[in-house]
Formats: sequence, C-alpha cells, structure tokens
Amino acid sequence: MKRAELWIGLVLVAGVVGLALVSFVWTPFNPTGVGSAPRLLPPGWPHVLGTDHMGIDTFSRLLVGARSALYVGIIAVGIAALVGVPLGILAAWLPRWGAEGMMRAVDVAYAFPALLLAILLAGVFGASTETAMVAIGIATIPAFIRVTRAGALAVLASDYVLAARASGTPVPAIAVRHVLPNIANLVGVQASVSFAMAILAEAALSYLGLGTPPTVPSWGRMLGDAQTYLFSHPGQAVWPGLAIAGAVLGFNLVGDGLRDFLDPKLQEVS
Amino acid sequence: MSALLQVRDLSIAFGGQPPVVRGLDLDLAAGQRLGIIGESGSGKTVTALAIMGLLPDNATVTGSIRLGGRELVGLSDRALSAVRGDQMGMIFQEPMTALDPTMTAGRQVAEAFRLHRDRDAGRARAAVLEMLTGVGFDDAERVADSYPHQLSGGQRQRVVTAMALVNRPDLVICDEPTTALDVTVQATVLRVLDEVLDAVGASCLFISHDLAVVSQLCSDVIVMLDGQVVERGSAEQVFTAPEHPYAAGLVATARLDLLEPGSRLPTVADHVREAR
Repeated sequence: MKRAELWIGLVLVAGVVGLALVSFVWTPFNPTGVGSAPRLLPPGWPHVLGTDHMGIDTFSRLLVGARSALYVGIIAVGIAALVGVPLGILAAWLPRWGAEGMMRAVDVAYAFPALLLAILLAGVFGASTETAMVAIGIATIPAFIRVTRAGALAVLASDYVLAARASGTPVPAIAVRHVLPNIANLVGVQASVSFAMAILAEAALSYLGLGTPPTVPSWGRMLGDAQTYLFSHPGQAVWPGLAIAGAVLGFNLVGDGLRDFLDPKLQEVS
Repeated sequence: MSALLQVRDLSIAFGGQPPVVRGLDLDLAAGQRLGIIGESGSGKTVTALAIMGLLPDNATVTGSIRLGGRELVGLSDRALSAVRGDQMGMIFQEPMTALDPTMTAGRQVAEAFRLHRDRDAGRARAAVLEMLTGVGFDDAERVADSYPHQLSGGQRQRVVTAMALVNRPDLVICDEPTTALDVTVQATVLRVLDEVLDAVGASCLFISHDLAVVSQLCSDVIVMLDGQVVERGSAEQVFTAPEHPYAAGLVATARLDLLEPGSRLPTVADHVREAR
C-alpha cells in the first residue's frame, strides 16, 4: 500500500520532469509568440489541448510551464537546504541557551507567511522568477533548520559520534562525515515535500502576477489568464490546474513514500 | 615502573548535583592492565569518559589526570582531540551502535589514522588492513569494505577494537567491551584483545562488572562503589582475599563453583550486612 503511494508519486514526478525535458527539444507550436491559430479553441487537432486567449497552443505552454515549475522548485529548495541544513546542524551543536535563542528566531520566521515575504520582495526588487525563487527559498529555510536539528541531535547523541570523538575527530569533521550522511534521508524527505510547496507557491505568485513574467509560460500564469474566461471557456483552467495538482501531489507522495520506505530500513540497521 | 596514567583526587559532578565520583586515585604503569569493577552507577564509565575528556558540557571535573606526565584536566577540547585516538583510544560497550551505519568499517578504522598519522589514503588503507588482520580477520579486505550491518556483533566489536588501536596508543580504555556479546563470541573478542594489546604494548583500563572477564585479562583490580574505590590490589589478591565486605560479596557471588549443592545462593548484601 505504502509502496504504491511511492510509485504513484514517482510516476507523477517523472511525468513532470518528462514534460520539462521534452520542452527543451520539441513543442508542437511556438509556446510564447502569438499564434496564427484562432483564440480559445477547445481541445482537438492539431491543437491537442486547444489554444488560449492569445491563440497560443495550450499543450506547448504546458510543456514549457513544467520547466518553470521545476526551475523554481530546484532553486528554492536548493537555497533552503544550503542555508537550512548547516544552520540546523549548528543549532544542534550549540549550547542550550544558544540553540534555544536560535530556535525561537526560527519559530518567528516560520510564522511569517511565504507569500507575504514574496510580495514584499517583489515590491522591493520587482516581480520576476528570480525574486519568487529567492522568496520561496528563504521562507522554506526554517523548515529545513527544524528537521536538520532534530535529526542531528539524535545523531550527535549516538555512540558512533562518541567513538569518532574518541578517535580525535574534530567537531567540523564529525558534522560532515557522520552527521550529514545520517540525516540525508530526513533532508531528502523534507526536500521533496518542500519542492511541492515551492511549485504551489510559484503558481500562486505567478497567478497574482508577482512571479514569472507574462512572456514566459508558467502554470500559475496560465491559471490566472484562464480566470478571465472561466464562465465562457471553463476548459481553459483545467489543464494548468491539473498540471499543478499532479506535480504537487507527485512530490508530496514521493516525500511521504520515502519517509515510510526509509524508516523501517533504519530500524533494521540499528 | 613509571606511571603512564596518574589520576589524583578525581571528582566528577553533573550540573550542581552531588558528585558521582569522589576522590579517586589511580595509577597505571606502561603495559599494565587494570580492571575496574563495580555495579551500574558506581562511576566506572564516568571515570573512563573523564580520562578521555568526553564528558558532556554540564560535568564538573576536579583533581588531576596525567597521561605521560601531561595534565589533561582543563585542556581545551581541541587540545584533547590531538591526544584522543593518538595516545589513548577507547573501546565501547555496544558494538551495534558504536559504528556509523553509513560508513564502511575500513573508513571508520582509517579515520583516526588519517587524523593523527598520515593523510594519504593508500597508506591509511594499508595500516587499516594490517590492524584488521591483527584483530583476527582473515579476510581484512572484505571486512574493510563492509558496512556495519553486514557484520556480526563479534566482528563489529573487533572493528571497534581496531579503531581504538590503529595508532598504537599508550593507553586503551575498554568500557565493558564484551558485555553485549554472547559467551562464545566474548571469548574470541577477549583473546583478540589480549593479543593485540600485547602486540601494541598498550596499557589498558578495563571496565567491567564481570569478574571472570577481568581475572582473565587484568593483572590488577580496583573495586568501585558509589563513586569511590573500596578495594585495590593485584587480581589474585582481590579475588582470593578481598578485604572490603562489598568486594568479598562480589567475589563470593561469582564463585558459585565453590558452593555446596543445595545451599542458598550468596548475595552481596549478605556480606555487607555481616560487616556492619
């Protein structure tokens, strides 16, 4: 049952990655320029999923949109992990008062809505994909700090860290050689769940016009465009909506599945 | 004999609580093997960790610990790191958890060697294979490339032994290294430990609550009770003519072979009560 979840998640994720990869080499029509096709076509041939309000092929935009979603996810999760994991290990190593102070600051940061931060940054630096990625990344840092610290505390209390210290291994080397490999599974699960949230946040920002600029295809932007025609052409919202839901579901299932998959294996080893 | 390890008036307390070790004196000559016997909570392991400088931050250590004439109490963690794994090593009780599950056995043994001796991976590998052969592995190559979960408990404990001894330290502290093993494996590990300590020429502080194990391996014994030494002497003396009632109780409960069939089993409490 749990295995099935993981597999469904992996298939969905592979689908999104597949769409993005295909978009690099082939799209049925020009995904950015104004097409010669009639506007707001229903699904049919040669426009498989129809055309949007500018007469651009929906399927082509969907393909390139997958690229934007993954791009934002990778960079945002990358920022969050690169900052959050070292800080989390540090928090586990600090003496009690230092760690407490740091974790309360993390709580405050955690309580600050990601979208609000993104709107703030977009207001200061202008709306762009980069601003959205950085904002989502920063907002995800606290989650990584928490997960890393929890995992690192358990590892630091273990006998093998004591044994490493008895061998004279200095503190930074223990963090890299012993703590990091042993919390990699936790961080991996957090990364896949955060990836889903990043895709959702990017879609929301683009929908609001604060993320990806109009010239670059993005699922959130497509959804925003479709809203105008929701009553006359409700089919317009279906495809980007499905794509977002599928990608988010996929990464969440992978995260859940990985956690369940890795847990019993850990117990078996110990 | 010059003292390799000299402990004077060692007291250890945790976070403002009453001390768990009080006024402990200890001398260990080069090549000597000293057993520390005592029940759980008597302060054996805490003493060992204090000598290694591995106590948690909330511990207060007073007194003096000298290794080869050098004072260890009050040294910074960085300075102690240079001593640990080089001049002294430690073998831990629980072989199942003392090895990092994400690292091959060989890399873990190599860690101390590369830190203190030679960074070169090839020469470290050679030293690791030599050490693994020394602790009784015929297939050192395979063991070095194995992850801990691919090894049995006894094999792991020999890997832990190799970790502690790879740099040929002057002092090896063994914290109940055979307690977690079953009896047959225990015999193998003890034999290997005996051989390898001789080969390296290391002194040994052997912590145990198993008198039989201590009598096999150690020339001298101290008995600890509630953080204090209550009996000390050569192994033979302590096991044949213990002076302190607690030590006498321990010895009596360990020598069930001397008991008349049908008589009641002795307890430590009998002896302690008689003495009062």
